[in-house]
Amino acid sequence: MDRLSYVGKRLLHLIPILLGISILVFLLIHLIPGDPARVLLGPHAPAKVVAAQDKAWGLDLPLPVQFVNFLGGLLHGNLGTSLTYQEPAVTLMASRLAATLWLLISASILTVVITLPLAVAAAMRPNSWIDHAIRLIPLVGLGMPAFWVGIILLLVLAESTGWFPVGGFGTDFLSHLHAIVLPALTVALGIAPITVRSLRAAMLEVLQADFVTTARAKGLAERRVILAHVLRNAIIPAITVFGLNIGWLVGNTLVVEKVFALPGIGALMLDSILSSDFPVVQAIALVFAVLVVVVSTSTDILRSLVDPRVKLG
Amino acid sequence: MAVAIVPVEREVSRGRSRPWYRRPTLTIGCSILFVIAFLAIAAPLISPYDPTAQQLTAVLQGPSTAHLLGTDEYGRDVWTRLLYAGRVDLAVGVLAVVTPFIFGTAVGLVAGYYGKALDVIVNGIIDIVQAFPFYVLVIALVFVLGAGIQGVFLAVAAVGWVSYARIIRGGVLVAKREEYILAARAAGFSSARIMFRHLLPNVITQAIIFAMSDIVVVIVGVVTLGYLGLGVPPPTPDWGSMIFDGQTFITTNWLLPTIPGIAVVITGLGLSLVGDGLADAARPE
Repeated sequence: MDRLSYVGKRLLHLIPILLGISILVFLLIHLIPGDPARVLLGPHAPAKVVAAQDKAWGLDLPLPVQFVNFLGGLLHGNLGTSLTYQEPAVTLMASRLAATLWLLISASILTVVITLPLAVAAAMRPNSWIDHAIRLIPLVGLGMPAFWVGIILLLVLAESTGWFPVGGFGTDFLSHLHAIVLPALTVALGIAPITVRSLRAAMLEVLQADFVTTARAKGLAERRVILAHVLRNAIIPAITVFGLNIGWLVGNTLVVEKVFALPGIGALMLDSILSSDFPVVQAIALVFAVLVVVVSTSTDILRSLVDPRVKLG
Repeated sequence: MAVAIVPVEREVSRGRSRPWYRRPTLTIGCSILFVIAFLAIAAPLISPYDPTAQQLTAVLQGPSTAHLLGTDEYGRDVWTRLLYAGRVDLAVGVLAVVTPFIFGTAVGLVAGYYGKALDVIVNGIIDIVQAFPFYVLVIALVFVLGAGIQGVFLAVAAVGWVSYARIIRGGVLVAKREEYILAARAAGFSSARIMFRHLLPNVITQAIIFAMSDIVVVIVGVVTLGYLGLGVPPPTPDWGSMIFDGQTFITTNWLLPTIPGIAVVITGLGLSLVGDGLADAARPE
């Protein structure tokens, strides 16, 4: 299979997945035991209001018709209307997008900053005490709840020292940057155990390759062998693992935004749950899932374009 | 679940295989888990206090001989609540891994063995569920199913089974082309016998190893839902809600939000060590 038809196949594969995601999100509302409008509006809401809400949601129509309407709305960028704010869910999300993007991007950068030196240090001296110490990180790190790490960072680096703000997002670029450090570090610490582990494993494998022996034999400094030859070849599997775990990263931002009172989309989802604002919950779940699928498909395609050894199929 | 996909590390062969008790990771991990399980099960014997009994004359005390880890804002003994919370969180965590393990294994086995349309459908469902970030789908499901232990269990199980189905299905697709399966078919064995007696023992190891890291993620998930107020309802203690309640007093009583988190980390470490040890032992040397 050539590269172009591989890309085409990956993109075609997106269609059933995206359709499936919208079906699942659509069905969520039908999982609510009893009448969704009654559940969400509370037992004291008058029957008339409940019936009106059911009608507004189109819940009085047959299921397939409801789904077609839902899908039609999606294609027009209509993800429903918030019950709390009486505003389109899309508008609400757009107003919260900045904080979430800041968090996602700076967390990804910090993940790289944490992962590279640790994995390189561990792979350069396998079975040394550095290696053993670094291999312990995933074992301890996997069991750390992100929100708890955030609280500890707040305690040590904000409450006690005053180095960073206790919460909020600031008003201009510099205050955003200042406010995002601790939340981004929290998210990065959640995923770094996984990326450190995979990059170390990938580097150890590349170290066995013949071209590494050749590079050493021709007298290259070990530093250059590692950085120019080994790391470059090991980074691709590590990126794949990062792509596979993008969902984990996005999921953690939800909780971390809550801990640091960041006005992001994740915090909006949690607030909407507490206020039973179902359309917003539905819309955010959909957007996050689509985001993850698009990112992981892009990493797949990028990898196939960058690395001629990737098996296409 | 789709989270925490950790590649199995390839180690340089250590020569002859060692018995399990010589493997330090497995031994240390099992010891940690044993102690934690004991503390949780024997909680009523270890602590004289009631985890929900309020004592408003002794609120927010520091550690003392009467209260090992002090008291919370209602004067409840923190050490006692920690033990009882362990009971709840570990029980929900184990149940929310074992159920999807069994269901996912069965689905993966059948889909991989029979293939065709069934496999296409199962594979599609796996892809769709795994597209969602774990917390996003679980929180949305808890919302529609209702907060509380039952909702948390159902939500985690509804998301979790796909990982097992994917692992087992992948193993079956490879194994069913092996000669021993072809031989079993040629011998006229029933499909059920081939699936459960021949295929399952050969593909289950990877699922068991995954379960050990999965249970860490699930327990952290249960605790996170508790922190968000979607898990175990108060006043029943849960590590997550203990951290949430303690967060208010972070500047004056920093132990309150810190201690339950340490309990989660130690539990996770024990489970990860056992998982690592098992993966190590299962690897052909």
